[in-house]
Amino acid sequence: MLSSLGSAGGKSAKPSFVSYVTPEEIKSEKEPSRKEKHPDLLPGEVVFCSASTVLKYTQDDLSQRGVFGVLLCTNFRVSFVSDEAPTEEMLFKNKLYGENDIPLSCVDNIYGDKRKLITGGLVKNKYPSKMIIHCKDLRVFQFSLSFSKEEDAKKIFQGIVHHCLEPKSLRCLFAFSYCENTSYPGSYSYCREHLVSSRSLGFLLFPVYFIVPKNVSDEDLTKYQGKGLPMWCWSHHSGCALFKTASIPLVQEDNVPQTYMEKMLTAVAHNHLYSVKTEDLSDTLPTVQDILLSYNRFKQFFLIDNTTEFWMSDMKWFSSLDNCGWLDIIRQCLQKAVEVVESLEKENTNVLIMEEGGSDLCCVVSSLVQLMLDPYYRTLLGFQSLVQKEWVAGGHAFLDRSNHLHLKDKVESPVFLLFLECVWQLQQQHGPAFQFSETYLTVLSDSIHVPVFTTFLFNNDGHRDSLLRAESPHTQRSPLNCPTVWDWSVQFDCKAQDLFTNPLYTEKPKQDTSVRKSYRPRHLRQLSLPSSAFKTPPKKGFFKDEADNLKKILGVKRLSRWMLSPSSDSPQTSSSVREFYEAWQTKPLDYHGLLLPCLDGPSIRVWMQRYLRWIHDVQILGGGPVAMLSKVSEILGEVQELQRQLDRHGCTLTSNHKGARPRAKTAAAVIAARSSVRLSSSFPFVTSRNWSFKPAIPTSLLQSLMVTGMAGNLADREDDGGPESLV
Amino acid sequence: MARAVFSSPNAAAAANILVNFAVLHIATWSRKSQFNSALMCFRTAAASRESLKMEPLAVTLLPGEERVIDKDIMYICPFSGPVKGKVFITNYRLYFKSDPSVTLNVPLGAIGRVEKMGGASSRGENSYGLDITCKDMRNLRFALKQEGHSRRDIFDILFRYAFPLSHGLLLFAYLSQEKYEENGWSVYKPMEEFRRQGLPTDKWRITFINDNYELCDTYPTILVVPFKATEEDLRKVSTFRSRGRIPVLSWIHRENQAVICRCSQPLVGMSGKRNKDDERYLEVIREANGTAKLTIYDARPSVNAVANKATGGGYEGDDTYQNAELVFLDIHNIHVMRESLKKLKDIVYPNVEESHWLSSLESTHWLEHIKLVLSGAIQVADKISGGNSVVVHCSDGWDRTAQLTSLAMLMLDSHYRTLRGFQVLLEKEWISFGHKFASRIGHGDKNHADQDRSPIFVQFIDCVWQMTKQFPTAFEFNERLLMTILDHLFSCRFGTFLYNCESARDTNEVRSKTVSLWSLVNSDSTSYLNPFYTPESSRVLYPVASMRHLELWVTYYIRWNPRIRQQQQSPVEQRYMELLALRDEYLKKLEELQLTDSSPNSSHLSNSSASNAASPTQHINHLHTPF
Repeated sequence: MLSSLGSAGGKSAKPSFVSYVTPEEIKSEKEPSRKEKHPDLLPGEVVFCSASTVLKYTQDDLSQRGVFGVLLCTNFRVSFVSDEAPTEEMLFKNKLYGENDIPLSCVDNIYGDKRKLITGGLVKNKYPSKMIIHCKDLRVFQFSLSFSKEEDAKKIFQGIVHHCLEPKSLRCLFAFSYCENTSYPGSYSYCREHLVSSRSLGFLLFPVYFIVPKNVSDEDLTKYQGKGLPMWCWSHHSGCALFKTASIPLVQEDNVPQTYMEKMLTAVAHNHLYSVKTEDLSDTLPTVQDILLSYNRFKQFFLIDNTTEFWMSDMKWFSSLDNCGWLDIIRQCLQKAVEVVESLEKENTNVLIMEEGGSDLCCVVSSLVQLMLDPYYRTLLGFQSLVQKEWVAGGHAFLDRSNHLHLKDKVESPVFLLFLECVWQLQQQHGPAFQFSETYLTVLSDSIHVPVFTTFLFNNDGHRDSLLRAESPHTQRSPLNCPTVWDWSVQFDCKAQDLFTNPLYTEKPKQDTSVRKSYRPRHLRQLSLPSSAFKTPPKKGFFKDEADNLKKILGVKRLSRWMLSPSSDSPQTSSSVREFYEAWQTKPLDYHGLLLPCLDGPSIRVWMQRYLRWIHDVQILGGGPVAMLSKVSEILGEVQELQRQLDRHGCTLTSNHKGARPRAKTAAAVIAARSSVRLSSSFPFVTSRNWSFKPAIPTSLLQSLMVTGMAGNLADREDDGGPESLV
Repeated sequence: MARAVFSSPNAAAAANILVNFAVLHIATWSRKSQFNSALMCFRTAAASRESLKMEPLAVTLLPGEERVIDKDIMYICPFSGPVKGKVFITNYRLYFKSDPSVTLNVPLGAIGRVEKMGGASSRGENSYGLDITCKDMRNLRFALKQEGHSRRDIFDILFRYAFPLSHGLLLFAYLSQEKYEENGWSVYKPMEEFRRQGLPTDKWRITFINDNYELCDTYPTILVVPFKATEEDLRKVSTFRSRGRIPVLSWIHRENQAVICRCSQPLVGMSGKRNKDDERYLEVIREANGTAKLTIYDARPSVNAVANKATGGGYEGDDTYQNAELVFLDIHNIHVMRESLKKLKDIVYPNVEESHWLSSLESTHWLEHIKLVLSGAIQVADKISGGNSVVVHCSDGWDRTAQLTSLAMLMLDSHYRTLRGFQVLLEKEWISFGHKFASRIGHGDKNHADQDRSPIFVQFIDCVWQMTKQFPTAFEFNERLLMTILDHLFSCRFGTFLYNCESARDTNEVRSKTVSLWSLVNSDSTSYLNPFYTPESSRVLYPVASMRHLELWVTYYIRWNPRIRQQQQSPVEQRYMELLALRDEYLKKLEELQLTDSSPNSSHLSNSSASNAASPTQHINHLHTPF
């Protein structure tokens, strides 16, 4: 049986789980399986405990209705298997876990009777009759254990609490047993492009993917003692560049940092006389603790286990939202990114962003800056390499920040989610500029909590490398191969993956570039990479003319090169950002050019798809943006079909058609969905097949409607203003 | 910056006006001379003719529109600072133009208030001038030179022409000479609409009892009432309903025969009067389709309903109306709505409130009121779908009642979601049933503080917009139609929204002397169509009335702010139209190829492509079948 493991080699057919578990595991599993159902286990997945006749409440609460089934806890998930016949296949099915499965790392909080928060370690011999599980992907499950055998109930409750809430070692994460038992094809190389292009440009490349100039000696580097080394992020076509660093002292006698930075600038900037603006992010942006605090308050609005409470809170929705501050944090990050963009684009200064550790908000801001300036990063492949470059290789401590291991001394914080939120804001303001869809971002945010992907399991490349090597079953040979999140086929089949592309996106129309380039500089990929071969004078910026640049080149003295940015609290900065935005806004919008977000109150919004998708009462049946997008996809499908027809006739189409040869394959999937299922605002996450079409009628309207002040007196008056009708 | 708020009239007429100016002028002059102000008119008209020679106007005047005064002025733009330019005032609009492309185009009807700002001795730059408050969510400030009473003439003229009814002048709708291919007055024919609904039936009949507005002066002439109720019954019931607005049918469900009836409050009073006729009348409505319990939706908060007893009104008590259940929908009155919109304006104009935007938005309560109106309508629609008849009223049954019945009808009946159907809905539930447009908007009236004014209709259009947002493929019309309706709600260019009720419209000969807004819309209907429209005839639309899904209609309320990108087309729409064009092009190409190839298998395709030449809004599904 096990021989198939060796021979399979590639990832041909998906192997059945039996082939990959040791004989004793098979034994322990088989016993319950005779009388109980269990989910299709993944390779390396082991059932820890289970209980039968568990009642899972359906989401419309109070009715206390539900379905009976088996609740299991494995080394990967908490899983509920209904006694009833399985429902129809979902279109958007995750291959790793189903709608009634919760990956262990996805469990956020567990509540017992009377909504008492359960914490690890305190569970003794008791168990609650009702268990509520809040998930990090915002699902809510409610189980009743009171119908199960006491022994089973106790075991499953303690098992779930133990495996979901208590500290564990990294090796216990499912990825390791999963990867040992799958033969995953070679590791994914993300930044081939960067490697190739930078190697030729006079940089040394460190094994953990960061770039320093060739002329920096090892002694220079060792003075940093592994901390706070400024890293090059991105070069603007004008020649200035963006760097990030962990906090370093800037003013110093015989300052090493500056020497290094000078060398770096010499290597990177086309014109190394440009000044350097430093931005200390910790001065102006919230801390990781603030971010966590705010998010924890924010997410509560969507973790609904009681519709009455939900409707009660509806009237105060806007102020609650305001008070939790989450949208404001998003706005601040975007604003900071716009400030940096302004420095690069308008002022043509180099920018060094810094922060203690250099791998949280630095990652957020630097990736947002690149997303705004460089259309490449708005493609599927580009976004992926941006995340790999800035976050994974950039050393964002995914493991600590998601705190999969429940260790007390680690600072948990949804920094990466915050970044995705910011991207979503940009995307919903400028839809056609992005090749990926909203669904892609939502799925990506869910995947953080699926402990299978190497992408999100480690604190940095070194950490990843050493652990994967150590955990490899074949110590002499290659390190353990784990999938990255980018291999979407691990989670979704092709049809579902089609929903990741945005039907509104069109590739940049190919034009006679030689003519166009001469008068309108473009943010082309080639231009944005540092190039020593690129000797022409700096390109005209979006807002600058040549004369300005010359003045700067001649006028700036080396001494004045280091500028500390003015405190961003000053109204000056925000008004300057506003002017910058307004100047940009008056230009015709180029989806393949610079993209700035509108930061006004009404423009920063809640990511409805992610946060409202599981809440039954607010599904718009037959509506939502998908109703419109699916029509676009439909026509796109027809156009593509016609193109194929024309191709068959040997007709060559001129390439200047937008939409010609689009890579989007969204059409098929959505059309398939339309035919069988009513679309709703939570498409594709929930299909509305089984739902009643009864509208949700807000309860308790009167109590919560407060009309205050002057309006209060007016409220008593009659509709007609005449004095006779006054009450 | 300021968009032209209306589309240009048909080009031929526009060209004519300049050529025929003198002729038209004489024509309008003769009409004006009926009024005392004739002398004044003559003077200003003469002045305008003079200036016309001097400087051509950048905007095309409407037929019947005349220039009254031009003046060099400083516009204090809240977004880009003071700009020098020239203001032109006609009998229809205020038009401002400056060299660096700042233009304002404000129909005088949209002006709510004109005030002098500063005095001759005021210090400070630009402190002397005019302050104009508009009904369409903006304020305008103009500064003039302080010497020589420079603002006197412009203030006087603006005041006269912006508020013609207060000065014995005619509203512009009566001066307009616009001609359109379509006659908008024929859009709504009550008999036709009732026939479409399947009326009369053996339970419901059409009555002409109100032919001379004797039963109720604020109702239309044609009413649908229970078959069993005699004309005498109707008269008796009318004595017990506020302003004689008896329960009449608004809409009937084709399958289950459940009906929406509308009326005003019963005149219960402090003593708790009863009226056997009214009780029996509601019983007859209930029996018409065998509804077990008739639901009466009182749009008001119960407190207000109780308070109304003091002024002779009230609500249907449980004990007196045996087979009825009463539900209060907690929607506040016109005064609350007016203050709410005022607060909203404060936080969005000229600048959008920066700190704590969401809390500020919440404190206006505007979306909260929208939520209540929508959820009330959902309840009505839900009851009807369930086969139960309902009666809807508020106090007088012309504000909240109109909102609820028309929104419920929009949810229930897909016909009202078409371009023509929506016009019928407005004509029927709002215009013919006496929503007091003249009082609520204050057309041509200088009394800006009038307590009767209230943005009830704006609120209704906002509710419709919320529905189109939630169901982007369910409506045949687009956002532009809603904006156009709101613009001409104020503009006084069309007769559609003038006067309080049908009897007043008859007296003032609105239909014969003015043009209907629907003439404009239906003569250029393609620009009001939603390309994503997918007809689904039998579907009931239930919007989600949760604050989570309600959003501020930014493109309307904040449209004067240049930071809000005014897109002619949404990117989604643009992409869709591009793809439609591409599809047509490919189909044509393919057809050509197949003609030359004349391959036998392709005949199917060339057939289908022929039908595709149709307009993009007619969606054709045949292409799904694999070739």
